[in-house]
Amino acid sequence: MSQEDKLKSKIQAGEIVVSGVSKEYGANQFAKEVVKDCSFTIERGKLTVMIGPSGCGKSTLIRLLAGFEHPTAGTISINGKPVTGPARDRLVLFQETALFPWMTTYDNILYGPRARGEVTKETLELAEFLLSKVGLQEFRKKYPTQLSGGMQRRAELARAMINNPEVMILDEPFRGLDAMTKELMWEYYSALYEENRRTNFFVTTDIDEAIFLADRLFIMSNIPTRVRAVLEVDVPRPRRLLDIVENDRSNEIKMEALSILHEEAMKSFSRGSKAAADFVEAYSKRVAKT
Amino acid sequence: MALAKKSLISTALWRGVLSILLFLVLWELGSRSRHWLIQEEFEWMRNLLAMAGWEKKYLPWIGPIPAPSEVLKAWGGVIGDIGYWHSWYKSFSRVAGGFIAAMIIGIPFGLLLAVSRTAFGIGFPVFEVLRPIPPLAWVPASIIFWPTQELSITFVTFLGAFYTIVINVVGGAKSIDLRYFQAAQSMGSSSWDIFRRIILPGTLPSIMVGSAVGMGITWEVVVAAEMISGGGSQIGGTAGGGLGFFIWNSYVGGSYEQIVVGMISIGIAGFISSELLRSLGKYVTPWLRLR
Repeated sequence: MSQEDKLKSKIQAGEIVVSGVSKEYGANQFAKEVVKDCSFTIERGKLTVMIGPSGCGKSTLIRLLAGFEHPTAGTISINGKPVTGPARDRLVLFQETALFPWMTTYDNILYGPRARGEVTKETLELAEFLLSKVGLQEFRKKYPTQLSGGMQRRAELARAMINNPEVMILDEPFRGLDAMTKELMWEYYSALYEENRRTNFFVTTDIDEAIFLADRLFIMSNIPTRVRAVLEVDVPRPRRLLDIVENDRSNEIKMEALSILHEEAMKSFSRGSKAAADFVEAYSKRVAKT
Repeated sequence: MALAKKSLISTALWRGVLSILLFLVLWELGSRSRHWLIQEEFEWMRNLLAMAGWEKKYLPWIGPIPAPSEVLKAWGGVIGDIGYWHSWYKSFSRVAGGFIAAMIIGIPFGLLLAVSRTAFGIGFPVFEVLRPIPPLAWVPASIIFWPTQELSITFVTFLGAFYTIVINVVGGAKSIDLRYFQAAQSMGSSSWDIFRRIILPGTLPSIMVGSAVGMGITWEVVVAAEMISGGGSQIGGTAGGGLGFFIWNSYVGGSYEQIVVGMISIGIAGFISSELLRSLGKYVTPWLRLR
């Protein structure tokens, strides 16, 4: 069996069900409700993208899903079992790189198996395979600061995949990369997903990124966060970067998503949010053009 | 590439040499001022100094200090003396003893304070009360506490490095990014594994910074402690009680050239210790030098 098949045979795509989840910070009259009565399902083997205005509580939701924090009300379960804390069945890729700066690429990738004492011949072979998969064989002995932004993200993808998580959670992973690298990473990441069909949950604020990657698109409301709309992105796979501009279906969904986001931005604009003002302005210009 | 790098190093080297030479020349001229300032052509300078209220026949500050050539001559006199090298050995072994003890006790103590809230609550207040006490204020007490003078000087030296190391370890461990812990946790790390592979390497840069600062304080403290306590046994007459005592003894004996010899010796000794520490730092934190 090839490494590719071995990796695939192990994949168990998980399903996360979030029902009636709320999260408050602070106590009594100072309490601030960030997430309110939020329910959704991250479907097995699909790439679900969550998009919402910045500061809407997406990162809070991710901490809840990962188990770093606990909801004030409601339940989160993975494959029917309630989530009680962080575990390897849900791996998180953070906004900025969380590669350990004191470890080489190779040691970073092997972190999980070593931590659990699961280093076998098979794991080492898998590590080699993943290194070549993300194109970093020649950088195995380099430290994270010696890698470019795109390489760091790829090393991190490999470090996550070796643990064979049932759900991968990605919190704006390509934020801060330059435009070219970012688009390369979209292609790269969606190809990885198309090969393995793990359950992926991807959070972003970038509408092009969202539509290019998603099977299902969650549009979040303003704070307190809840799912405002769910769009099925039925653009065929494998996808190409050209789809962003050329594919009519893709553009249709984009306009639909934008108008919902616009409404949400208007709401927070009327509540005095400056960030929303920019969005509203940019949106009206875009609508005027078409 | 290699060529460009080489010429860059030699430029820096030449500047360093030039800086030291310039310093020595000015120093030599300054301390020889009692010979040339009295001559006629420098009358204007004497007048200028007189206007500022300086009536003497040599330059202020630098005038009474022995010239580098005289210092060199005095150095030549002691360099073959076993007592002079014994001073080096004494001071070095006290610094090494105190410093290594400070690392052995300070690093685990700092880590303990950083990872355990209970330990922090119990240990930190006492630590913070003791910390502002200057190590030299401990000299009389430590002479009473410790059976030998050697131990009491080493103890004071230890205190000099200990506080800085602990403070840096606590600060370093606490400022490790939360994401690293979360990433490690979600990959199934145990607490021990997180300590060993996240907290320890994550704190290493701060440990090295704390040690470098601590090493500097150690030299300050050891010299002062040797001067105060008389530095212990005297071998070879002029020295034997460490470089601090060497300076003090030269002062008492009226050999001003030897005072400067002692001062420069301490400068060199401190430089050697810092370099040793720096190369140790480069060795244990390889990821920091490769940017």
